[in-house]
Amino acid sequence: MTTTSQATSSDPTTYTVVCRLDQVEREGGVVALVGGAAVAVFRTYDDEVFALDNYDPFSRASVLARGIVGTRGDISFVASPMHKQAFDLRTGHCLDDAAVRVPAYDVQVTGDGQVLVGGVRSNS
Amino acid sequence: MTPTPDHKRLTLVVVGHGMVGHRFVQAAIERGLTETYDVIVVGEECRPAYDRVALTSFFEVGAEELSLLPGGAYDDPRVRLVTGTEVTGLDTETRTVLLADGEVLGFDELVLATGAAPFVPPIPGKDLPGCFVYRTIEDLEAIREAAAGATVGAVVGGGLLGLEAANALAQLGLETHVVEMAPRLMAVQVDDAGGAMLTRHIEKLGLTVHTGAATEAVLGESHVTGLALRDREPILAEVVVFSAGIRPRDGLARDAGLDLAERGGVLVDEQCRSSDPHVWAIGECAAPAGRTYGLVAPGYTMAEVVVDALLGGPGAFTGADMSTKLKLLGVDVASFGDAHGTTEGALELVFADAVAGHYKKLVVKENPDGDGTILLGGILVGDASAYGVLRPMVAADGTSGIELPPNPEDLILPASRGAVEIGLPDEAVVCSCNTVTKGEILARVSTDGAGDAEPCTDATCVTRCSGAGSTCGSCKPTVKKIVEDHFASVGKVVDRSLCEHFGLTRQEIFDVVAVHGYTRFDDVMEGHGTGRGCDICKPVVASVLASQLGGHVLSPAHRPLQDTNDAYLANIQKNGTYSVVPRIPGGEITPAKLIVIGEVARDFNLYTKITGGQRIDLFGARMEELPLIWRRLVDAGFESGHAYGKSLRTVKSCVGSTWCRYGVQDSTSLAIMLEERYRGLRSPHKLKGGVSGCARECAEARSKDFGVIATEKGWNLYVAGNGGAAPVHARLLAGDLDTQTLVSYLDRFLMYYIRTADRLQRTALWVDSLDGGLDRVRQVVVEDSLGLGSELEAAMDAHVDGYFDEWAATLEDPDKLARFVSFVNAPGTPDPHITFREERDQIAPADADGPVVLGATIAVGAPLGAVAGTR
Ligand SMILES: Cc1cc2nc3c(=O)[nH]c(=O)nc-3n(C[C@H](O)[C@H](O)[C@H](O)COP(=O)(O)OP(=O)(O)OC[C@H]3O[C@@H](n4cnc5c(N)ncnc54)[C@H](O)[C@@H]3O)c2cc1C
Repeated sequence: MTTTSQATSSDPTTYTVVCRLDQVEREGGVVALVGGAAVAVFRTYDDEVFALDNYDPFSRASVLARGIVGTRGDISFVASPMHKQAFDLRTGHCLDDAAVRVPAYDVQVTGDGQVLVGGVRSNS
Repeated sequence: MTPTPDHKRLTLVVVGHGMVGHRFVQAAIERGLTETYDVIVVGEECRPAYDRVALTSFFEVGAEELSLLPGGAYDDPRVRLVTGTEVTGLDTETRTVLLADGEVLGFDELVLATGAAPFVPPIPGKDLPGCFVYRTIEDLEAIREAAAGATVGAVVGGGLLGLEAANALAQLGLETHVVEMAPRLMAVQVDDAGGAMLTRHIEKLGLTVHTGAATEAVLGESHVTGLALRDREPILAEVVVFSAGIRPRDGLARDAGLDLAERGGVLVDEQCRSSDPHVWAIGECAAPAGRTYGLVAPGYTMAEVVVDALLGGPGAFTGADMSTKLKLLGVDVASFGDAHGTTEGALELVFADAVAGHYKKLVVKENPDGDGTILLGGILVGDASAYGVLRPMVAADGTSGIELPPNPEDLILPASRGAVEIGLPDEAVVCSCNTVTKGEILARVSTDGAGDAEPCTDATCVTRCSGAGSTCGSCKPTVKKIVEDHFASVGKVVDRSLCEHFGLTRQEIFDVVAVHGYTRFDDVMEGHGTGRGCDICKPVVASVLASQLGGHVLSPAHRPLQDTNDAYLANIQKNGTYSVVPRIPGGEITPAKLIVIGEVARDFNLYTKITGGQRIDLFGARMEELPLIWRRLVDAGFESGHAYGKSLRTVKSCVGSTWCRYGVQDSTSLAIMLEERYRGLRSPHKLKGGVSGCARECAEARSKDFGVIATEKGWNLYVAGNGGAAPVHARLLAGDLDTQTLVSYLDRFLMYYIRTADRLQRTALWVDSLDGGLDRVRQVVVEDSLGLGSELEAAMDAHVDGYFDEWAATLEDPDKLARFVSFVNAPGTPDPHITFREERDQIAPADADGPVVLGATIAVGAPLGAVAGTR
C-alpha cells in the first residue's frame, strides 16, 4: 500500500505559522490545520521539530499526533496510538511495513520560537 | 450384524440414562445400530443424563450447564427417551421389563446401565433428617438447602469423592469435618507419606481431618446433631454426607437370576455380555472379569464395546487406566499407574519438600528390554504439574513402555518445571484470531520445524511469522511463555529484556526505580537504558512510577510516556473519538446520578451502552469535548472510572444480604469499599474484581482477578481469574476470612502482583509463571513467608492515602486542559475526519476512506459531514 499525498498546501515555498515551540511538549505532538489538511507536528527530546500527515493509513483515523515519540536505533519515530505501527519522523516511512508511508512536511522554527509548516516534501 | 431375517425391526432397551447409558445411545446412533433397532431408554432420574463427574460445579453453574442432552431428546426418531421412570422388574424368559408405571416393554436386547449407589454404612441414625449422599443433582439441591440453615458439616469418607463433597460443604459456608476410617486420606490412591502431605493441604483449605476414625453412630433425635466416633470425642454437625464408597446397582440382574461378581456387579465377559446372551451391562453396574470400575472412562469404553458387539464387531474390554487427578480447588493430587509399587521388581523414587508441601513418588522398574528404567506409576501431591507428561509414559502392562531419561528424578524435581509447565497439547489453538496452534508456534522456534526459513528467535518474531497474536493481541503473553519455555527447555538463555532500550524485565525496572528512588523516566533511562525509549518501555516506566509515587499521570514529566488512552484519560475508538466511563462503584447508582449520565449523553449526542462491569460507557466524544463532558460529570459527583488505564476497572457485585433472600453477607458494601480502595491503582494490566453475597455467585466473581464469595462465616477469597479469550476460573487463596483479613490479603496480593508481574501479564498468567504457582502466592500473601506482608500493605495504604480523581484535577489545571484541542492553530474547528451515521437511533462511526481536506468553500469552524447530530 502506498499513500500519496492528497493534502496539497497551496505553495511549497510558503510556510504557515502554526504555534509556538513551547506549545509542543518534548517527545509529544500537536495537530495543526495547514491548507485544510491535518498535520501532526512533533518535537523530539533535543528540540528537533518534524511534521507528518496526521492520518494513520492503518487505522484510517486522523490520530498520529497522539502517539508516543521515541527512537529505534538512531531513528526518531512516532508509534500510532491505534495499533503501534512506527513512522519515521523525518520521512514518514513506516518502519514496520516498507510499503507504507505518510506524507512528511517541511517545518521550520524561527529564532523567536514560532513553528512554521511548509509543503509536503517531495522525496526524502 | 445381528441377523434380521424378515427385516422386522428389533427392540433394544437401555435401563438407566446416566453418563454411560447416554454414551451408549450416542454411539448406537453414530454407528448405525438404530438402522436395525428401535431404542428405548428408561431413566429413573427426573432429567436426562448429565455430567456427574462435574457434579460439584452444579453449585456454580446450575443443572442446565451440566446436561449432556440439552435439548432433552436425541435427534434420531428411532430413539425414545423415558425419564422419571424406574425399571422395577426384568424377566429374561419373556424378554420383558416392567416399568414403575406399570408399562411392560419387550426387548430383543437389553443393556443395563444402572450405575452405582452410594454406600451408607449400617449405623444407627443413618436415616435421620440431615443425612445425605452425594450422587445426584437432587442430592446437591437438598444439601444446599440444609447447609443454608447450618454451621457445621461432616463427611464420612475421605476418598476422592468424600474430599470433593467436603470441599463443597466448605464452599457452602460450613465448618467442615472429614472422617476417614483408614489411617490416611485417599487410601486407594496415595501412600502414607503422600496421605500425610495431602492432609496438610486439605487442612489449609480450612477443613478438619480425622483419620483412623470409625463412625459408630449418627447422633440426634429428630434431626442430625453430630457423629459418634469410636474412642474419640463426638463431632457436632447438623449436616452429614456419606461418601463411604459405592455399590453397583445390580438388583434387577440379581432378581432375574443373572450371575453377579463376588463383590457385586453384573458379571460380564469381555464383550460385556451377562450370563444371559441378550442382556448386557456397562458402566458402574458392570463387573467385567469380576471387577467393577468407579470411573467414567472405563464405562465409556464398555458402551462402545457393546455397540460394537451388537454390530458383530470384535471389540473387547480388557481393563482400564485407573489414573486419577483430584479436582479439588488448590490441592494438586494425582495418582497413576501402579502407584503402590505392587509390580514385581518395582523401585520407588521419592521426592518430598515439606516446606513447599510437595510429595512426589515415581514407581519404576528396570527395563527388561534395555539398560534404563521404565515408569510403572506414581503419586504427586502438592504439585501435579508433571502429571500430563508422566501419565502417557506409563508402561501399561508393566513391561513395555517409554524408556525414562537417565535421571528419572528430574521429572519430579522442581527444576524441571520449565519443561512441563505449559500443559497445553500441541493441537491447542493459542491464537484464535489466526488459528495458530501451540504446535505451530513450537515449529517456528525449533531448528528442524521451521523448514527452509530461519527459526524465530523470540516471541515478537513468532508473531510476525505466524500471525499468532497479531490481531487482537490477547494471546501474546501465552505465545511469549510458550516460546520462553521452549528456549528454557533447550537450555538457551532467553532474552527477557523489555525492548531495545532496556536490558531489564518489568520487575527489574520496578526494583531499580524503588532502590534508586527515581521519579522521572529520564533518570531511569540515564541510569539503565540506551536511546530515547519507545511505545513499549515508556508506558511501563510510567506505570511503575505511578504505582510507586502516585501523582498525576498527565504531569509534564509523565504525560509523554502515557499510552494512547492514559494520555487523554479516555478510551480511543476506531475513528479517533473517545469513550467516557464514569466510575459507578459496585454498580450501585442513585436515580439522580443515572439521570445526569443520561442528560450528558443526550446533550453531547453520545452513543450509550451498558458495560459488562456494571457501568455505562458513552461513545463518540471528540477529544476537545472530553473536558466539557467531565465538567458536567465531576460537578454531579462522578469520578474517573479508569476504563482507559491499566488499573482497577470495577468490582462487580450482587445485591447481597441487603435484598436477596439467599444472601449471607453484604456483598454490595464490600464491593464498593474495595473499588474505592483500589481505584486509580496502576498495574501491569487491567484489574477486575467481584463480590458475591452467597455461593450462587451471581456476581461472577471467579471470572475476575480477585473474587470474593460470601460464606456464613465471612468471605472466601479467590484470585487470578479472568474472562476474555482464554477464560480462567479464579482459585481459592484463603477461606472464611473476616473483612479486615480479607483486605490485608488483597492488599498484599495486588502489590505483590504489581511488583513482580511482566508487562501486560494478567494475574492468571502471572501466578502460573511464578515458581510454585498459587502455592507461592499463598506463602507470600497468607503465610507471609518472605516477611513482606506489612511492607506490601503499607504500599497499598500509601496508594489509598494518595488517591485523587485525575479528571477533577485535570479540570483544575489550564496547562493540562490546553492539550484537549482539535487543532493547535484552530481550536474551534472540529476534526473533519470524524463523521457519524445513525444506527438504532444513536450515532455510530461512519467509515473513513482517506485523509480529509477542509476545502476552500467550507468555512473553517463549520462542522463537516456530520450525519447524525450537529457537532
Ligand atoms: C461427585 C462425583 C464426582 C466424580 N468424579 C469423577 C471423576 O473425576 N472422574 C471419573 O472418572 N469419575 C468420576 N465420578 C464417577 C462417575 O460419575 C461415574 O463413573 C459415572 O457417572 C458412571 O456412569 P454410569 O452411567 O455407569 O452411572 P450413572 O451416571 O450413575 O447413571 C446411572 C443412571 O441409571 C439410573 N438407574 C439406576 N437404576 C435404574 C432403574 N432400575 N431404572 C431406571 N434407571 C435406573 C440412575 O438413576 C442413574 O441416572 C464421580 C462421581 C461423583 C458422584
